[in-house]
Amino acid sequence: MIEIIFHGRGGQGAVTSAEMLALAAIGEGKYAQAFPNFGPERRGAPVVAFARIDTKPIRLRTKIYTPDVAVVLDPSLLSIVDPAKGIKEGGILIINSRKSVTELRKQYGFTVRLAAVDATTIAREVLGLPITNTTMLGALLAMTSVVEEEHLIEPLKNRFGRIAEKNINAMKRAITETKTEV
Amino acid sequence: MGKRIGMEVSLMVSEAVKLADVDVIAAYPITPQTHIVEHLSELVADGHLNAEYICVESEHSAMSACAGSSAAGARTYTATSSQGLQLMSELLYVVSAMRMPIVMTVVNRTLSAPLSIWNDQSDIMANRDCGWIMIFAENGQESFDQTLCAFRIAEDRRVLLPVAVNMDGFILSHVIEPYQTVEEEIVEKFLPPFDPLYTLHPDRPVTMGAFAMPELFAETKMAHEIAIRDSYAVIREVWDHWGELTGRRYEPVEEYMTEGADTVFVTIGSYGELGMDVVDRLRAAGKKVGLVKIRLFRPFPYRDILNSLTKFENLLIVDRALSVGGVGGPLASEIKTALYRLEKRPNVFSFIAGLSGRDVPPEKFIEMYEEAMEGLKKNQWDEFTMVGVRQ
Repeated sequence: MIEIIFHGRGGQGAVTSAEMLALAAIGEGKYAQAFPNFGPERRGAPVVAFARIDTKPIRLRTKIYTPDVAVVLDPSLLSIVDPAKGIKEGGILIINSRKSVTELRKQYGFTVRLAAVDATTIAREVLGLPITNTTMLGALLAMTSVVEEEHLIEPLKNRFGRIAEKNINAMKRAITETKTEV
Repeated sequence: MGKRIGMEVSLMVSEAVKLADVDVIAAYPITPQTHIVEHLSELVADGHLNAEYICVESEHSAMSACAGSSAAGARTYTATSSQGLQLMSELLYVVSAMRMPIVMTVVNRTLSAPLSIWNDQSDIMANRDCGWIMIFAENGQESFDQTLCAFRIAEDRRVLLPVAVNMDGFILSHVIEPYQTVEEEIVEKFLPPFDPLYTLHPDRPVTMGAFAMPELFAETKMAHEIAIRDSYAVIREVWDHWGELTGRRYEPVEEYMTEGADTVFVTIGSYGELGMDVVDRLRAAGKKVGLVKIRLFRPFPYRDILNSLTKFENLLIVDRALSVGGVGGPLASEIKTALYRLEKRPNVFSFIAGLSGRDVPPEKFIEMYEEAMEGLKKNQWDEFTMVGVRQ
């Protein structure tokens, strides 16, 4: 089973990221679960969303405390939450940041494997909005093989309708622009 | 077979209500039930469901409108949570005693105060004597399946009682997961059109919900009691038929990994799935632990419970509600009552866990197990334990 946490701020689409990922996995015939950290929704406040993916039915119905992957949608969160907390050995932290992986590691002292992409710039350029949820799905695809790229297309089309194409393009750009340590 | 798709569990329930082709929905939105009724109102507004959606100003009105529409012979649905269920409490008793086959989803949420929107089962447990059939779903698929089964059970002329399908708020309602849908042709075979015994009609006047003197009241209560007791056989029959049509079989009480077990967890609702995971972990550690899941709460399946639970030495009963000032959890109390007449009774450990949605990871279940084993060693334990509470 692969467990993923998305860190974002209310309104940035962290919950949607988790949902799209779960729907893609289910589309591949896998089992998956996506759910928000239940609570009153407040725009701008730190939020987390969870996703689990497995080849067999998932019975856990609790929050995720030790993820395989943590995805940070908003760089400003790094100073208020520790997204590396609990990441399993061999796991990865994927951050939306203008900074390089080396800079991030130095600044925050991360010891887990890191990847970074400037998702805000991509989202602004492609979508015209600094909403990074679909872009960060591209970063996730770049760094892991949790789902196939082609299986994310369908859920994105269903969710975003006429702006689906832009979201798919933002995701694709992040796949090529996400950097990790060499 | 129906298609396998990913969907939020609340929407699965709305889709089941649509497949049941209901005539009337009267509901008032309340967290965490909201997504069910929002989606239903969309389905009606967009013409995908030919039903009357009655926007009411409160849950009291919602159930009153349901009473009227059911009396008129309409297939009737509503959904609520928490304070909403409390507000309709008066009517819950009325419609069940009037034998109205209304189906309601209760998306379980705690009761104020303090104000809280999160899950536990104190809402339905506060209304456990209201005379409705009560079913608890453990996952999304079952929430969908039981919604369809509920209409068939409620409307069966041998039953004619309202049915509440319970699903844990957020823990089930707001999760996206896969489920297997059902083709319309199968639903048509399974669920015949509602054919009520009596309806309100200007040409055939009848009185429903009449006044009763003390000379008659006890007889009506006994008739209600007998009806809900006898519904047990119909519930099993309906679940068996559903199993034949879909391959998904349901029992009032189900066991998991109980072979050779001396100790079992007893759960209700979504703890069933978590419980299976915990049992797998404890079995891997060599512990003789199993799980018994209670799916049907009213009518309380005494016989099944006795048949199952008397095989074990220790019962760890996990409730999601507290009977404040009583003796712990409502489920534990009912089970203890069922066990009373036995000569040799298993040890009962009552745990209250997950109040107001406090997360209950598998480790908490393992702590319950360890606490019970410790109690056994000392031959001393409390009437109930509030899991993880800070005092």
